[in-house]
Amino acid sequence: MTMTTTSRGPRAALEQVEIHDGRRWHRVCELADLVPGRGAAVLLGTEQVAVFRDRSGTVYAVANRDPFSGAQVMSRGLLGSRGPVPTLASPMYKHVFDLRDGRCLDEDAAPDGSPAVLRVWPARRATAAVSVHTEGV
Amino acid sequence: MTRPTAPPAPRHTGRRHVVLIGHGMVGQRFLETLVALPGAAGLRITVLAEEPRPAYDRVHLTSWFSGTSADELKLCPPGFVAEHGIDLRLGDPATAIDRAARTVTTASGAAFGYDTLVLATGSYPFVPPVPGTDAAGCHVYRTLDDVAAIRADASGARVGAVVGGGLLGLEAAGALRAMGLETHVVEFAPRLMALQVDEGGGDLLRRKVEDLGVRVHTGVGTRAVLADDAGRVRAMALSDGGELAADLVVFSAGVRPRDQLARECGLPVGQRGGIVVDGECRTRDPRVHAIGECALTSDGRVHGLVAPGYAMAETAARAVAGGEPAPFTGADTSTELKLLGVDVASFGDAHGATEGARDVLYSDGRSGVYRKLVIGGDGALLGGVLVGDTGSYGVLRPLAAAGRPLDTAPGQLVLPAGLAPASGPVELPDDAVVCSCHNVTTGRIRAAVADDGCTSVPEVKKCTKAGTGCGSCVKVLGTVVDGELASRGVSVDDRLCEHFAHTRAELYDIVRVKGVATFSRLVEEHGTGEGCDVCKPVVASILASLAGGHILDGEQAALQDTNDHFLANLQRNGSYSVVPRVPGGEITPEGLITIGEIARDFGLYTKITGGQRIDMFGAAVDQLPAIWRRLVDAGFESGHAYGKALRTVKSCVGQAWCRYGVQDSAALAIELELRYRGLRSPHKLKSAVSGCARECAEAQGKDFGVIATSSGWNLYVGGNGGMAPRHADLLAQDLDHDTLVRIIDRFLMFYIRTADRLERTSTWLERIEGGLGHVRAVVVDDSLGICADLEELMARHVGAYEDEWAATLADPDRLRRFTSFVNAPGTPDPAVTFVTERGQIRPARAGEHGTPLPRPVLIGGDRVEVRTA
Repeated sequence: MTMTTTSRGPRAALEQVEIHDGRRWHRVCELADLVPGRGAAVLLGTEQVAVFRDRSGTVYAVANRDPFSGAQVMSRGLLGSRGPVPTLASPMYKHVFDLRDGRCLDEDAAPDGSPAVLRVWPARRATAAVSVHTEGV
Repeated sequence: MTRPTAPPAPRHTGRRHVVLIGHGMVGQRFLETLVALPGAAGLRITVLAEEPRPAYDRVHLTSWFSGTSADELKLCPPGFVAEHGIDLRLGDPATAIDRAARTVTTASGAAFGYDTLVLATGSYPFVPPVPGTDAAGCHVYRTLDDVAAIRADASGARVGAVVGGGLLGLEAAGALRAMGLETHVVEFAPRLMALQVDEGGGDLLRRKVEDLGVRVHTGVGTRAVLADDAGRVRAMALSDGGELAADLVVFSAGVRPRDQLARECGLPVGQRGGIVVDGECRTRDPRVHAIGECALTSDGRVHGLVAPGYAMAETAARAVAGGEPAPFTGADTSTELKLLGVDVASFGDAHGATEGARDVLYSDGRSGVYRKLVIGGDGALLGGVLVGDTGSYGVLRPLAAAGRPLDTAPGQLVLPAGLAPASGPVELPDDAVVCSCHNVTTGRIRAAVADDGCTSVPEVKKCTKAGTGCGSCVKVLGTVVDGELASRGVSVDDRLCEHFAHTRAELYDIVRVKGVATFSRLVEEHGTGEGCDVCKPVVASILASLAGGHILDGEQAALQDTNDHFLANLQRNGSYSVVPRVPGGEITPEGLITIGEIARDFGLYTKITGGQRIDMFGAAVDQLPAIWRRLVDAGFESGHAYGKALRTVKSCVGQAWCRYGVQDSAALAIELELRYRGLRSPHKLKSAVSGCARECAEAQGKDFGVIATSSGWNLYVGGNGGMAPRHADLLAQDLDHDTLVRIIDRFLMFYIRTADRLERTSTWLERIEGGLGHVRAVVVDDSLGICADLEELMARHVGAYEDEWAATLADPDRLRRFTSFVNAPGTPDPAVTFVTERGQIRPARAGEHGTPLPRPVLIGGDRVEVRTA
């Protein structure tokens, strides 16, 4: 999980959100598309990713699939904190996840036995000038 | 062990044989206590029951009329009989006892040898020995079969007369009234409930009962029941020479002990009935016990309430199993109940019979509250009568039972909550019995916390059984447990979450007093961290109910739960359902067609909801605006099915159509729904309006419910269905339209101001100090002087209301949120797929091959248009 230190200024509206799929950065939306404290779903190839922006401006990207319900809904969850941990609460059954490593803080495993962890993508803010263009997703 | 011929040798199996005659409430309690005692391990147990069904809750028999099923009344847990190897013989009553041979014979001719015999035969209804009581249409009120017969008979009857104005009589009258019969109560004594209440309480009770449309005749007896040619009752001849036309008669003029079996086998019985027993519930024959309503106890009385019956059952079980003896020494005859919606309680020496006793009295004829305390010469509370407001019964009864001089001035105890000067809660002494069903004292409850490590009311209930009988002491139980926890330094944690060390009510006051308008400011000044899925929606709701404005405006948008955020209800596969408002459930054919067309065009699953509207399922996030566009254009608006807000005001069709309606319930329901639509509250709010006492809209199961009377409206509050059903309490009665609306305004705003997160009105009413009496004092009598504020807040809500769907459609910024993928708008979520079942869609399950919905395509712009793809 990364964040830029770019301060929000007159150019904030042009700022982009980018996530890294292990090979390169992909531009997925404008920062202005995200309401602080909430997220949006994006498609990365066939993969659904939930991207968020917290009140301080940090951006995050995790898998959109809620491991407990199997529905692609994490982008509609609420950001928050638990102690020092930045969190995301699933809108379906309210399980809370650590936004930094995707781990569920309430239960270790989903009902099907799989580990209750969301995949995490590195995410950053980038201005139009410095970001790498993606060729469509 | 059945031997219809020769009596068996009693000891031939080698195990001691206990035979119980009667499987009523007391019999069942005897069995439960017995099998739990170590000494019962080697016993063989046989039960001979007259009724065809196992023990059920006779105390709540009347609730059968209002929908409680026979199953729900069952007292004998499934598997209980088998688990303990009990031989339960239903429908085969005992007919004779041979004490010399130690056998019992039953109606079927079976004979059972016993080592120990327990009689729990109960009582039978007393029918006055006057001519004609065998006419068709005459009933008693004792068993499930009796009430079933009354209901079957009532459908063809017009006027019902109840003989007897005691507890059971008034319950029966309430049932007849609810079934739509013109109802009369005939009581021989000069007042209703003569045993429990005094003259003042009786007067008030009578007025309240008459207000409910029941005619009361006191001081008259029944001379004869007159029948028509077909042998059906047509009237009652009264002792004052009058005649009362009635085609259904219920006798509930008291009960008599069923002691005939004992009489016939030579056991002593009292002059006025009842099998004579000693302190261990033994009859003259040491092998025979008698318990419950058939017994005449050592205090010279026959006890007709269930609590003393239970105490006898436990005493006898100990005597039979050879446990530590626990003599029965008489019992608390206190009563608290709701009769025809009127709260009545009496406890201890209610009539001031003790030498030197003095009354302390509070009587408010206007609001229908009568409270009398009887104080002894030494300053101890001896007993009392409460009518109309029994909120303090839970504290007063144990205080009276403890019998020591009061620390609190009696004048303060007699005043209703809200009028009494504020002082700490009344401290109960350790020996005060809080739960009289299980005889649990304050000291035992405190010990459960101090010594047994209980930290909550449910744990204490499990540990001590307190509060698990009739449940009337649970509130006091909570106070004692909290007090003990606090005194041991265990803080009772009522903080909202880790981010706010406040309750919801405190946050509400902070927001209101300081004029805080954003979550950021609130968490910075009064909280910590970033918030969470608990506090954020709570703050959003508080801001919405105080400040108004669209719930998706500015920062508020980030606080809402997903349902509020998307103004629709999230379903299991990530799709949403949409519910347009149908005020009062009234909808035109055109409206129905429009909804049908929209659902058809978008391929949605439709279902009629319990709240009299139509739910459309299967919409993807990015389809919602197009669906709303169609609905809004056709004159529909959001039904707030997604919000902690007013849902529906359900109604029956009312006076306009119904033969029985006395007011226009549909019109009032529509008016109320339109007034309170969109009102954000701690939890969802449901309401209903019924046009007559038949209550077809089920208003008494709602947060606020209105029932028409011939002279206005009765307002009920705190009802609930669902997981924890609760009948609503009558808050105020016979209100005119404007007063009704004003009181509902105040009630709702008071609830919104003081309730906890996700606390429905039912639990709120149970929790807040002073309960219903306090709420009535605040919202009806304005005891806190805040009613003008509450009304002003509601006026602001009503004035600022806007349809959230239409407002969202009008704002391109808000609309941008309703997209499937921000980087690929218009691409449907490939994970949301459906299969067809019974002609409609449902979400595909894991392993099923589903298909996405064929979807209409959105064309951008500030007006969303739809065409089918």
